[in-house]
Amino acid sequence: MKAFADLIKTLDSTNKTTLKVEALTSYFRNAPPKDKVWTIAILSHRRPPRPVNTTLMREWASELAKIPLWLFEESYHIVGDLAETIALVIPPADSSSEKSLNQFLQEIIDLKKKPEEEKKEYLFDNWLNLNYYERFVFTKLITGSFRIGVSQKLMTRALSRATDIDEDILAYKLMGNWEPSKITFNKLILEENEEDFLSKPYPFYLAYAIENEPHDLGDVSNWSAEHKWDGIRSQVIIRNDELFVWSRGEELVTDKYPEFEAFVEAIPNGTVIDGEILPFPEGEIGTFKDLLTRIGRKNVSKKLLEKTPVILKAYDILEWENEDIRDTAFGERRKILEKLYNDVRSEELPLHLSENIRFKSWDEAAKERENSREVKSEGLMLKRLDSPYLVGRKKGDWWKWKVDPLTIDAVLTYAMRGHGRRSNLFTDYTFGLWDEEKGELVTFAKAYSGLTDKEFRSLDAWIKKNTLERFGPVRSVTPHHVFEIAFEGIAESKRHKSGVATRFPRILRWRTDKKIEEANTLEDLKALIP
Amino acid sequence: MFFNHIMRTPLLAFNENGIYCAAADVYLDPWKPVDKAIISHGHADHSRWGHKKYITHHSNVPIIKHRLGDIVVSGVEWNENFTINGVQFSLHPAGHIIGSSQIRVEYKGEVWVFTGDYKTEDDGVAVPYEPVRCDTFITECTFGLPAFKWTPQKQVFEDINNWWQQNQDDGRTSVLFGYSLGKAQRLLKHLDPSIGKIYTHGAIENMTEVLRDQIEFPETTRITRETKKEEIRGNIVLAPGSSHGTTWIRKMVPYVTASASGWMTFRGARRRRAIDKGFVLSDHCDWQGLLTSIKETGCEKVICTHGYTDIFSRFLREQGYDARTEETQYEGETGQMEADKEKDSE
Repeated sequence: MKAFADLIKTLDSTNKTTLKVEALTSYFRNAPPKDKVWTIAILSHRRPPRPVNTTLMREWASELAKIPLWLFEESYHIVGDLAETIALVIPPADSSSEKSLNQFLQEIIDLKKKPEEEKKEYLFDNWLNLNYYERFVFTKLITGSFRIGVSQKLMTRALSRATDIDEDILAYKLMGNWEPSKITFNKLILEENEEDFLSKPYPFYLAYAIENEPHDLGDVSNWSAEHKWDGIRSQVIIRNDELFVWSRGEELVTDKYPEFEAFVEAIPNGTVIDGEILPFPEGEIGTFKDLLTRIGRKNVSKKLLEKTPVILKAYDILEWENEDIRDTAFGERRKILEKLYNDVRSEELPLHLSENIRFKSWDEAAKERENSREVKSEGLMLKRLDSPYLVGRKKGDWWKWKVDPLTIDAVLTYAMRGHGRRSNLFTDYTFGLWDEEKGELVTFAKAYSGLTDKEFRSLDAWIKKNTLERFGPVRSVTPHHVFEIAFEGIAESKRHKSGVATRFPRILRWRTDKKIEEANTLEDLKALIP
Repeated sequence: MFFNHIMRTPLLAFNENGIYCAAADVYLDPWKPVDKAIISHGHADHSRWGHKKYITHHSNVPIIKHRLGDIVVSGVEWNENFTINGVQFSLHPAGHIIGSSQIRVEYKGEVWVFTGDYKTEDDGVAVPYEPVRCDTFITECTFGLPAFKWTPQKQVFEDINNWWQQNQDDGRTSVLFGYSLGKAQRLLKHLDPSIGKIYTHGAIENMTEVLRDQIEFPETTRITRETKKEEIRGNIVLAPGSSHGTTWIRKMVPYVTASASGWMTFRGARRRRAIDKGFVLSDHCDWQGLLTSIKETGCEKVICTHGYTDIFSRFLREQGYDARTEETQYEGETGQMEADKEKDSE
């Protein structure tokens, strides 16, 4: 545990990527194999289930710190991280534990089944016998993920240096379902094992947003375009007469989409398709809101299946006739995909092709992009015809070219303190629009991002001086500042006070030039609903 | 409380100019220009420009003269009583920075103490804090949360010197941020000059020069246009926080940055400022320091002026104190960082 806590501390105390990779590499060279597996698991968001609910942890921590619960809660709102708050308020200890990371995690797994009294005793015992940083790490293992600026990509790079195994191969090995408590480092990383690969997806290739004008991409004839659909990016695997559906978040979601079972019959074994799961009510592509009724439901009722069926809109094919064809040019892969599609297509099969569009000029492409909202896409994807299917987010061959967001000018009405690097700063905002009849501001969206650190600091200072009322961690502020809020989509909603739900709202600009009277009205917003 | 106000104005009241003593017609640490001001210490949010007359501890006189220029100021000693319109005033060490005082006010048997900013630990530079008995205690609570617990400075300075040594071994220059009045001198006093040379940013060098008359500090070298990049390497540079991210700092490449502040308690605070290392070192009281100080004054009433005032006064009320908050324009540790910025941009 000591080595792991030191690693987290090092990662936490530098902003330099090279130093982070160095620290991780050295850890992966020296740590015991079981600890390595757990470290990989933790850094790729595979924590064991939370053994104690956080309400109890707050109560116990305040008891141990001999402070009232409300004071603990206030401290938590300001510190912005539960494990950090607990580690700070309870009395200091100087000891350090000899137990390994693996031992701690096994204990944490076992803790889940224990009675409440034993859980409490276990936490008290460890809290009082670990030094500040170990205690923080220990509590983090129980409560949540580490936000220490280490992406899976960075971890894979370090692991690659420590093992001399190629990064892309490691990325592939780390995909999918594996249980850190059951697998050995040898089996996970070092061994070649064919049968393990049965359900494994390929790492997704992700595109960056285009930086300038597409004209800079050169000759338009080298590029293929298609609409960027607004659903769940997925890989559908058919191997050994079995179906596996993976979401981009590396979650196995096969059970949630029973309509895809039909693929096992129709599509030959040894095929992997990259596509988008889209809602398809009444024979048309629906909205993301429709899809939300399917996400998160394991048992899909017959009624729901009828009301909101889904389809797979196929973008690409990664495996064909049991061969990994990711190195084949995109244009060639598409030909295979299109042939497959034409061979199997039918009314009943929930497989659709995402049409490729070839343009004669970039201006023509721009026109098609303008059309995106009407066809219910988010914009265009541009893919170089000779591009391989790469691993992770890479620049150059694929670009996303989204439509410009919808925007509206709104007034800042409430603020709350942020988390992580924004702890103790008011960075989570609520915005209102004018209800003209009542002459008051109605809340319509929350947004957390879009300002620079400098703007956040200055707004934070202003909020502290212009607070009207406090409701726990939330403050209402004097209506004074106008912000241009951007969002991707908009729909009517009964759950929102404003009657409108917006998708991905974020701050586009701080309109210091505008007075609150010049902010938009709720009617202006509703006029944007298609 | 309503009747209190009708029957008698309080000895110290908070108005739009600052903390006002009507009986003496004098202000404590006013934020708007007034005729007569008693000043607790030299930080910009407590000693502002434009008063007709300043009264402060004599060790603070050169500091505010340096910062505010040509002002009319008289210096007094610790525990020296002086009377204005029958109201008795005296200054007592606050331990915050060199020359920082608590201001004691006594009138018709009633005693009020205003802390300005203060800390309980002896930092080896400022005259250490002394508790003063009073009826009403006007206190800061910059770090008035149980999350703040300072480590004894001996340990912190060991860490700082080890960090410097490590950076030197790695061939890197150490850049340590702290505001130019107070923190910079405290750091300077405890750096180990046997490791290497101590370089300073101009703002810190100027202030330190003023204070060398009163306190002995290790030798420092001002960084100027002529300073060669190679000579700095492996040594330590003391700089105000506002120099982080400016072109000035490029001269130190390859360097590692650290900040010494109470806010470094929070992981988020350090990461937000994009600083490599944070040392938790404050010139304010931590949670326990505040509680102990309040207890030692024997006061019944507490007024919280800046920091986590609402939370802290609520806790005090639960402990049986008659505690409330007052809006002021003091800003605690953040305030000094901002003030440094203004100062440096001049």
